[in-house]
Amino acid sequence: MKRGLEGPPPEDRPTPAGRRNKQGIRIDPEVEATHEPRRTVISALVAHEPGVLSDVSGLFSRRQFNIESLTVGPTKDEDRARITVVVEEPDPGIDQIKKQLRKLVPVISVRELEPDAMQRELALIKVDADDPAQVSAVADMYDATTVDSSPETATFEITGARQKIEAAIDTFGQFGIREISRTGTTALARGTEETAAAVNATESTATEANHDETYQTANDD
Amino acid sequence: MSERAAKVTQADEEAQDDDQITDSAAPDAAQEADAGSETTPAPVTSGAEAVVRALENAGVEHAFGVQGGAIMPVYDALYDSEIYHVTMAHEQGAAHAADAYGIVSGKPGICLATSGPGATNLVTGLADADMDSDPMVALTGQVPTELVGNDAFQETDTTGVTTPVTKDNTFSSDSDTVGSDVSEAFALAGEGRPGPTLVDLPKDITNGETDHEPDAPSVPETYEVQERADEEIVAAAAERIENSNRPAMLLGGGVIKGEASEACREFAIEHEIPVITTMPGIGAFPEDHELSLEMAGMHGTGYANMAITHCDTLIGIGTRFDDRLTGGIETFAPDAELIHVDIDPAEISKNIHADYPLIGDAATVVEQLAEAVDESPEATKWRAQCQQWKSDYSMAYDAPEDEPLQPEFVVEALDEATDDDTIVTTGVGQHQMWACQYWTYTEPRTWVSSHGLGTMGYGLPAAIGARIAADDDQDVVCFDGDGSFLMTLQGLSVAVRENLDITVAVLNNEYIGMVRQWQDAFFEGRHSASDYHWMPEFDKLAEAFGAAGFRIDDYDEVADTIEEALSYDGPSVIDVHIDPEANVFPMVPSGGDNGQFALTEDQL
Repeated sequence: MKRGLEGPPPEDRPTPAGRRNKQGIRIDPEVEATHEPRRTVISALVAHEPGVLSDVSGLFSRRQFNIESLTVGPTKDEDRARITVVVEEPDPGIDQIKKQLRKLVPVISVRELEPDAMQRELALIKVDADDPAQVSAVADMYDATTVDSSPETATFEITGARQKIEAAIDTFGQFGIREISRTGTTALARGTEETAAAVNATESTATEANHDETYQTANDD
Repeated sequence: MSERAAKVTQADEEAQDDDQITDSAAPDAAQEADAGSETTPAPVTSGAEAVVRALENAGVEHAFGVQGGAIMPVYDALYDSEIYHVTMAHEQGAAHAADAYGIVSGKPGICLATSGPGATNLVTGLADADMDSDPMVALTGQVPTELVGNDAFQETDTTGVTTPVTKDNTFSSDSDTVGSDVSEAFALAGEGRPGPTLVDLPKDITNGETDHEPDAPSVPETYEVQERADEEIVAAAAERIENSNRPAMLLGGGVIKGEASEACREFAIEHEIPVITTMPGIGAFPEDHELSLEMAGMHGTGYANMAITHCDTLIGIGTRFDDRLTGGIETFAPDAELIHVDIDPAEISKNIHADYPLIGDAATVVEQLAEAVDESPEATKWRAQCQQWKSDYSMAYDAPEDEPLQPEFVVEALDEATDDDTIVTTGVGQHQMWACQYWTYTEPRTWVSSHGLGTMGYGLPAAIGARIAADDDQDVVCFDGDGSFLMTLQGLSVAVRENLDITVAVLNNEYIGMVRQWQDAFFEGRHSASDYHWMPEFDKLAEAFGAAGFRIDDYDEVADTIEEALSYDGPSVIDVHIDPEANVFPMVPSGGDNGQFALTEDQL
């Protein structure tokens, strides 16, 4: 017996000429370029309540967003905390991160910081101190503060942009690094601009959805 | 003696004194007190009473659940409440019933479970409601706060487990605020894009003393919903619609949830725009209307899939462009500029890039669009093309009497025998697709199914929830598959106890039919674990539960048996033995091109 339905088979059907890319964007030369991942800093103001950090980090893991660092701390308002996330994703992914974060009930506002935002990280670096004079010279070079020293080791605190910390770690490497602990990036917008103030949802989404903005990769200063 | 107990004793003594003085008037006084308690309920004295008061304040009339140790205080408070509690046979059923109740009534459905296994049994139902944006509130018992984190008896980290599958969840930590937590969960479940919420209730918190009345249901300040779309984008979208030659509307589940069916119907009919629905959008537009192309997607109609592939403007409303709808992204509506209406900004450009993002409530935004569109698009040729596709790819099937019973025939027969407002619930599998394809839906909130999560076993508990939410004169029909029905058929005991008038048609092919279809198409017919030749006789099983059982093997039994089952006042189960080889067509293989749907086995 016959199985299936009547009708022209697939090869007899007209097919449209167009196509979309993997991100669902209709292909035209200007937007066809695949969106390469870029590093950016997202700041979220959240209600300071138990479970909010797990809500945020869980969102990142289950949606498979690539997270580079995540820091959280209180703000001047004791009911609010600020979460700073550094992510590396293509533009559509970054848009999704912002929108999905904003959807979480305890999240008050979300903003992607400008590349010129102030970004800082803190690192504790414990090195072998066989040659104290040289170690201290390197420490001076990076404005590192000594937080502990023993006959065998010296531990320094360095704050600054990620690149500075990485450069310091590289340089300290010559003495033999015993242990490192880094905090991840925390950041604030420059000047009078608010870091994560509530924005008009339509405006932001409309522009984000259309990818009209020219995105720049975040740079540490 | 505690201060509180002392007060009570003192009050009792005073009451006794009063009795002695006005002995003869005592019965009247008691009556007055009773009358008074109806208008102003007694103040709450415990966290559990505050929980129940919060539900009452929210207008909750029904709840579904299963008793257990940690939730006992709440059930004790329910004992004195007007809320009708339907005891389910399994918590999964409670969650699905509450989910279906929410779909049919439009108000959040309530389910309750105890801690640990009770709570984890809700997870499937929560995930289902989350994927389909159904309003629902789950209340789970939890071990006393001092034991939390100690792996106590029947302890699970319920908020941890359910975070990814709920819109929001809360661990209640104070008897004074537990009622307000429930009020807020109720408001959140229904506001904006609906979804399931959960409140975890430690036993010491519900047992704890409090005189705090819960706050009225309201969402937290941080939760903002935008109702109206940006006027500029509306104007641009309207212009795009006016200038399009091949427009199509795609109505999703959000249209039904946002009560926008009426506005969408008016808009489509006024401007003569062909209408496609997603599976959750079934019922948003009458399928017997000329403009209707019915459902698109993996098992959508050929004409809907042709139209969605060839349109130049797609007005997607309340849809999240799931992969079962879009097929491969690259070939989805490739010529179309997309106007996307959604209340959830995160749905915009998530899967398909939106050229005109309209964030807002579906009904409001469609009205904004209706105002902005002055001229109907010139699309006479396009409409004629759509009608041509309707006849080229018609959903007709062969049903020769000397061959095994075809499932499509049974779906159509039940549709014929029931009114337009009949509610259909389904499990998941081939039967679900036949129920989509061959039943003609005309009204919103009459199609209740598990879409995003694809939960086998959804049909029967959903029918229970739908029955309780439905009007008395509305029929409730459940299509289930043999495999799907077997997963939750313990719910029959509930349907019998509550004497719920439900007709279950089990389209029985003794296979996990959809899997068998895929195995035939993509795994060289190797029926690994999909052969269910060990199925029980469902008509006899139904009788064992106390329901009416029927069996259909042939075409000539269909009409009479259906009539008998429908007229039975109570749950009835028809074990319909269909052609075991019957398959669902058309079919777009997953990730395929919607326009390249297969009509027969050899086109796959």
